[in-house]
Formats: sequence, C-alpha cells, structure tokens
Amino acid sequence: MSRLIGQRLPRREDARLLTGRALFTDDVDLPGMLHAAFLRSPVGHARVKRLDLSRARARNGVVAVYGADDLGALWGPGPLLVPPPPIEDIYFVQRTIVPLAKDKVRHMGEPVAMVIATSRYVAEDALEDIVLELEPLPAVLDLEAALERDAARVHEDLPNNLASHVVQTKGDYEAALAEAPVVLKRRFRYDRGVAAALENRGVVAEWDAKGGVMRIWDTTQAPIPIRNGVAGMLGLSESQVQVVAPFIGGGFGPKMMMFYPEEILVPWASRQLGRPVKWIEDRRENFGATTQERLQIHDSEIALTKDGVILGVKDVFLHDSGAYNSYGLTIPINSQCTLLGQYNIPNYYSEFKVVFTNRVLVTPYRGAGRQHGVFVIERLLDFAARELGIDRAEIRRRNLIRPEHYPYDNELIYQDFAPLVYDSGDVEPVLDKALDMIGYDDFIRNEQPAARAEGRHLGLGLVCYTEGTGIGPYEGARVRVESTGRVSVATGVGTQGQGHYTSLAQVVAEPLGLSLQDVDITTGDTTRFHWGTGTFASRGAVVAGNACYAAAQQVRQKVVALAAKLLRCLEEDVEVSGGRAFIHNHPDKGYMLSELAALANPLRGAVEPGTEPGLEATAYFGPPRGATANGIHAAIVEVDPETLQVQTRKYVVVHDCGTVLNPLLLEGQVHGGVAQGLGNAWYEELDFDEQGRILNNNLHDFMLPTAQDIPPIDVGHEETRSPLNPLGVKGAGEAGAIPGAAVFVQAVEDALGIDGLELRDVPLSPAKLLHILSEHTGG
Amino acid sequence: MDPTSDTLAVSFEINGRAVTVHVEPRRLLSDVIRHDLRLTGTHVACEHGVCGSCTVLLDGAPVRSCLLFAVQVDGCKVDTVESLATPTPEGGLKLHHLQQAFHLEHGLQCGYCTPGLLMTLLPWLEQNPSPTEADIRQAISGNLCRCTGYHNIVKAVQRAIALSAEEG
Repeated sequence: MSRLIGQRLPRREDARLLTGRALFTDDVDLPGMLHAAFLRSPVGHARVKRLDLSRARARNGVVAVYGADDLGALWGPGPLLVPPPPIEDIYFVQRTIVPLAKDKVRHMGEPVAMVIATSRYVAEDALEDIVLELEPLPAVLDLEAALERDAARVHEDLPNNLASHVVQTKGDYEAALAEAPVVLKRRFRYDRGVAAALENRGVVAEWDAKGGVMRIWDTTQAPIPIRNGVAGMLGLSESQVQVVAPFIGGGFGPKMMMFYPEEILVPWASRQLGRPVKWIEDRRENFGATTQERLQIHDSEIALTKDGVILGVKDVFLHDSGAYNSYGLTIPINSQCTLLGQYNIPNYYSEFKVVFTNRVLVTPYRGAGRQHGVFVIERLLDFAARELGIDRAEIRRRNLIRPEHYPYDNELIYQDFAPLVYDSGDVEPVLDKALDMIGYDDFIRNEQPAARAEGRHLGLGLVCYTEGTGIGPYEGARVRVESTGRVSVATGVGTQGQGHYTSLAQVVAEPLGLSLQDVDITTGDTTRFHWGTGTFASRGAVVAGNACYAAAQQVRQKVVALAAKLLRCLEEDVEVSGGRAFIHNHPDKGYMLSELAALANPLRGAVEPGTEPGLEATAYFGPPRGATANGIHAAIVEVDPETLQVQTRKYVVVHDCGTVLNPLLLEGQVHGGVAQGLGNAWYEELDFDEQGRILNNNLHDFMLPTAQDIPPIDVGHEETRSPLNPLGVKGAGEAGAIPGAAVFVQAVEDALGIDGLELRDVPLSPAKLLHILSEHTGG
Repeated sequence: MDPTSDTLAVSFEINGRAVTVHVEPRRLLSDVIRHDLRLTGTHVACEHGVCGSCTVLLDGAPVRSCLLFAVQVDGCKVDTVESLATPTPEGGLKLHHLQQAFHLEHGLQCGYCTPGLLMTLLPWLEQNPSPTEADIRQAISGNLCRCTGYHNIVKAVQRAIALSAEEG
C-alpha cells in the first residue's frame, strides 16, 4: 500500500480558487432574485418607541419590509446551541437571540427591520426611509459594574445581569494554600476582537413551491444543523430543506454560530414572496451582526514550593457574554479547563460568572476562550519564576505532566460534557525542540546582552499550551466506488480553507490503493450527506477524518470480498492497488475497480440476502471525548524604546497533534493561527464608546496584521498518537492562535527589562505600553 | 432614484473582451464585474479600499474595484483573475506560473483574498524581478490575508520568480 497519509501534498482545491472559479455564497445568482438589507440598532441599549416602515414600503423597487410584528409565529427566542454542561450547582439563565428586536435593542447591530428589494442598492436606500425612534437606556458595558445592585439590566425580566455562575474544583486548593511557602496573586484582563474572516456572512435562499423544497446557500461552518433548524422553524421536514455551504472565505468560529437572525429570516422571506432572496453582510455590518470574542477579567492566585513546583491555582473570573447567550458556556468552560495546561496542578479552584452586557453576542473565535486560560497560567509561571529566581523554561519543565502519567485526569468537565482527561502526550521533547529552534541558551547568554550593549532591546518569550480538540458527538462519511473507477466521498462538515479536499482524500485513497487524483470529495452539502454537526473545535481532521477512514476501509473490504469471489481465491490473497484488485504477485489476474463497481451493481440476477449492491459504505466516528494536543511557542521581539513599536523577529512553534496527515496543510494552519494570535496581542481591539457603539467598525481602524507585521514562522513537529481514534490524530486548527498573546507579552517584558514591570492586559499597543510604563515609573 | 432609469452606458474591455453595460452612476466597478459580468473571481471584503481583495488591473495597474464607480472605467482595459490561466486544447486551464507557485507553496487557504494578491503581484513582479523578502512583504502589505499568516505567500512569490526563470 503506498503511503499517502503523512505526505506533504499540495491541495487539490487550489486550481478552482486560483482561477476565480470556486463558488462562494455571494456568487450564487438566481433568476428573479431579490436582495435583503437590515436596519440595525445604532446603539447598545435603548427602548424602541416607534418603528414606521410605511415610507420604505412605498419606495419604488421595494418588495417587502418586515418588522418584528410582521413575523407572526416566526418571532420568538431562537435555540440554545449548547446547553449548560452537567456541572454540580451550575447557575444558568437562557436568553437567546430573537430574529428582529421588538421592544428593546440590546446591542449595536441588532436587527430591527428587514427590507427586500429588487437590488441591494434600493434595499439600502429604503433603510434610510425607515423611522426608528429610540429612547436611550444606560448601556451595560463594565463587567464589574454590571453585577452591582443598581446596574441597568440588559434583560429587565431578570433580577440582574448574571447569566451564569460555575465552580469547578480539583483537590483542595485552600489546604494547599495553607501549606504553601510561596503565593502570588494577580489580576489579568484578556480581551479579543472580531474574527474578521475576509468573506463576510451571507445567505441565499430559494423556495421551490412546486417541488416543496427550500434551497439555501449559507456561509456556515455547520450546514447540517442549519438545515435541521430551518426545517423546524419553517415547519418543513428536514428532507425538504437543502443547505449548501460552498467555498467559505474563512470561518474561524463565528460562522459556527446558529441561528443568526438572517439565516432564518432570508429563507422565510423567500417562502413568503415566492422568489429567491440574497443577503450578503457588508463589512461595517459585520462588526455588529457577527459574533465576537471579548473580555475576561481574572483574579488569579498560584501556590508553589520554593523550587517552583505548583501546589495549587485559584482563578475567579468574569466573562462577557454580550447581550444574549445562545452559544451556552463553551468559551468560559474552555478558559477554565485550558488554564491547567500540560502542568501537574494537584489543587485547583475555578469559579466564573458570565455577565450580560450591551455588546454583540460572544461565541467562539479560533481558540474559543483557551487563550484566556493559557495567558493566566503562563503569566503566573513567569512571575513565579522571576520571584523564585528560576529560569522560565526550567519552571515549566519542573511542572510538566510526565509521559507515564497519561491518560491524565484533570477531574473537571470539559466543553464536550466529557471528563477533562488528556489522552496522551510527552511535552518535554517538545520543549527541548522549541528551545533548540529558538536558540534559547545562545539568546540569553550572547544575543540579548550583545544587543542591549548596542542599545537594542531584544526579548524572548516561551510558553506552553494545551488544545482540547476533536470533540464529538460524531461525523460521518459515505465512500463509493463510481462506475468510472473513481471514488466519491461525501461528508457533512463544511470547509473554510483547511484543505479537506486533500486531507480527507489522502485518508480515503490510501486504504483503497488509489492516487489522490482518483478521489472526489464533497463537503458541506446536505443533499450529499445529511448526518453530522460541523467544522469547529479543531475537529474536522479528527472526527470527519476517522469517519472517512472507516468508510474507506469498509469499501476496501467489499472490493476484496467481491474480487476474491470472482477470482476464486482467498480474500487475504487479494491486493488492492493502482485502481485494481488482483491476486497478490499476479497483477494480470484481477479487475479494475470500475469493473468491480459495475459487477457489484448487476442488471440481472439477485442481490444475495444480507448483501448490498455497489461498492459503497457509510461510516460514523464518535470519539468518547476530545483528543488533547499540546505545544510550545517561542518568539523573539525587538522593542523600540523611543516609539514603543514592537517587531516580532522570530517565531517558533513546536507542537504535538498526534499523527500528521499532511505537514504542508498543518503548517499552514499553524502559520495562520500565529498571525491571529499576534493580532490579538498587539493590533486587534474593539473600541466601544459609552453607548456601546463600536467606533472602529471597519478594517481601516480595526487593524489586522499585514505581511510586514508577521515574521517568518518555523514549525517543528512531535508525534504522540492519540489512542482515541484509529488514525491517531489530534486537532490543530487553533494551535497557532492560542498562546500568541502570552508569548508576545512575555517577550516584550523581557525586551524592556524594567525591574518589576508586569504586563497583565491584552491586547497591548504602543499607546497602552506607554501608559503602563509611565504608571510604573511614576509609581 | 428609480432603479430602472437614469443609467449610463459604459463601454470597456474586460479580459480582452469588449463590453457595454448600462449602470447607475453610483454602481461600483466591483459590482459590475461580479454581478453584471458574472466574473465572480474578484472578491469584496472590506469595501473601502483597505484589504486588497477586490484588486483588478486597470490599464495594467492594480486598482481596488470597490473604490471605483463603473462609469470611471469607460474606454479602459480591465483585467481580472479570470484572465491569468490559459485555456488548454483539452478544455482545461493551464495555471499561470504565479498561480502555480501559490499552489505548490500552499500560499492560499480559504482562497478569498487570493485573486486580489495575484492581481497585485502580477504587474509588481514584472517591475521587480528580483525582490528581497522585505520587498515582497512590503509589496503585499496592502493585501490582508486572514488564513496563511503570509508565510507561504512570501514563499510563493519567491517560487514564482524561480518558475518564471525556468520558463525563460
């Protein structure tokens, strides 16, 4: 069998993308298609006093205008995507988004009315005709003030702005604290911005009244759940709804949210009007209409021995939910669990409160709260190392979980509701490789002091991270040998640039003895495969990959059985290779796969009882719990002491995500994640005013890193196979992004070399750094 | 404004083909290219000239088609990403060496920003045949990419230069 799994292969989807022939949602153009535009709240919090749609309805070219009162039975709170996990004494109140705001607007960008017109230009003209009178209410923005007794309430039917309260513990932190010779206590603020996928969201829906079918093209990461939800909300059966997630111009998490109001309103309008309707989000709209990640405030404490061995950690934090909590608790649970890292932390007390605010709903964006946890533990270790006079790498090494201790039970419940048990790992070789690649010893001994002598401020950062990946519930795949001899594969996950057309083809082609070119992959089309959940939580390669692998092996078994029967030989003597099945060592005695496919689907004779026609198999894979990847990031930065501009000079990622399916694609995932991590650390910050308006809601003022801001990135691999799936893979989609801010601020601190200076807030910027430095020297 | 009236005729050449469209004066060039002429390889992302995704060539020079009204290109030549590859006798497409280099070096992931990068780089590489890495990073600093971290895009540009030299 020729090896394809693990090979560095360029992608099969590239040609379509490079020549401009790939279908994206906004490329869908249907006869008679109408265009939607939304009137959205300009402020964070206000009561709706009057909504007058009459002038808009009268405009030439406008077909329909809808407010909340025009939606009939469709209006109501949307679904809760992830219910609260089974954690003891959990407090959780559910306030999910509504399709159009009715009495009150709760965040900037919340939709209030929908216009349908003959062109987008006219639809936007009509938005100007709508009269929306708002009575301003105090915007709930500050997480701590929001929980005070007299705070304005985002949801006035609730007693306060507390959305959830969760405590998880391991061991006995208070007992550990009582015995601990060293205790450090710090406050951290970790903020994030928008995912800023270059393609904004969009939906095209076409109600086919004659066929009784709703066809939808959606920029979603989860086409199958969208199909199921639209069917339920529109009173259709699931087989009447078809959802295609075509090529998606970047997902990163927010395209996993459901249901966005537009995802239900656009299909609904198409059915009302009997015409196709398209809505494409514009960039300014994206800042208020697409979900974000944002602030957590952590009060954290670490107890250690004098040798820097962790005795326990206590962490109490606030999490900004935004105005609703449709996605549940995934992000704060991730923060809570990921804080433990790959360290042996015997005692842990973790408590968080989720707060409703008058900001856009918070849902996972690449990393999904893992960043926040990694930042806290890595900063605590940095400060502990400094206080105890221990080297940064050494304090981490002393606390790593030993390879013989896997599977390692953290005694917490993770976001997938399963126990947080790390399946496998061996971090010390990862650490050693990273130290070697960044040139740690030489930097500390020679490079940094030499530069400092010239007046240049170089600094190094080195952090560890954990990435919980590949969670359930399941994905499936159908693999079929076509009559041409080519193999088609259909799976339910969507693809947003990960390279599924290549990595999944590798997984299928190898057991079937085919080359990559013989395998055709379909993802994200519910008419081709309709069981599954979606692409999120670094799970595509793990869960869909193993489903494809299992289905391919079943098809191989069918090929072998049929060939053995026809060749009158034992099954174990059949070899499948080069598009043929033949007797081992007798390549002339055999059949092409195309011949076997035809013979497996005969026009005469009976299919034997207990068998199925065709060379086809459908398989599912559902892991008992997620596979846990880990790694080390190291970076060298230079800080200009005059301007406080920071340039990242070198960046190293060494990681262990189990079996590598395709190093070229894996490295690409890591590179992109690193850029988003550095962006989070230094560039990307949403600027809200006191009314909850985002002041930098465009890509000029909300800065994303450019090619001049991101250094070359060296990637090293270690492979500890996961025992939780046959391929041994762990996810990698978020690995690059998770520790970026932790490594960056450590390096900046190191470069500045100012006694006692601690950087505990992210994102930083030159202006913020100046402020921190002035306070530090002033105090 | 009545959407059916008050339009202007605009004639220009796109990918070597002469076209005339009747558009409102406010209609963006990007909308004409994508939705009227159905050349959907040009993508729109930031909608105000920052990200470079919608870059096309106007009389050979890279421009942001989201910042131009269609009426501004009357009498001009416009080239989009669809013009890069050449049709083969078998009905396929032969990739331009710049496209081939992006493929080989994994210089694209979701592919949304890619057409804009290609159209930015095409004239630039003609004028800068042997750039340094810093030159390349500066040349693409007006094109935002959210997937690749730019690492493999830089490598793709270097590869394109090598492929171009091989092709002679």
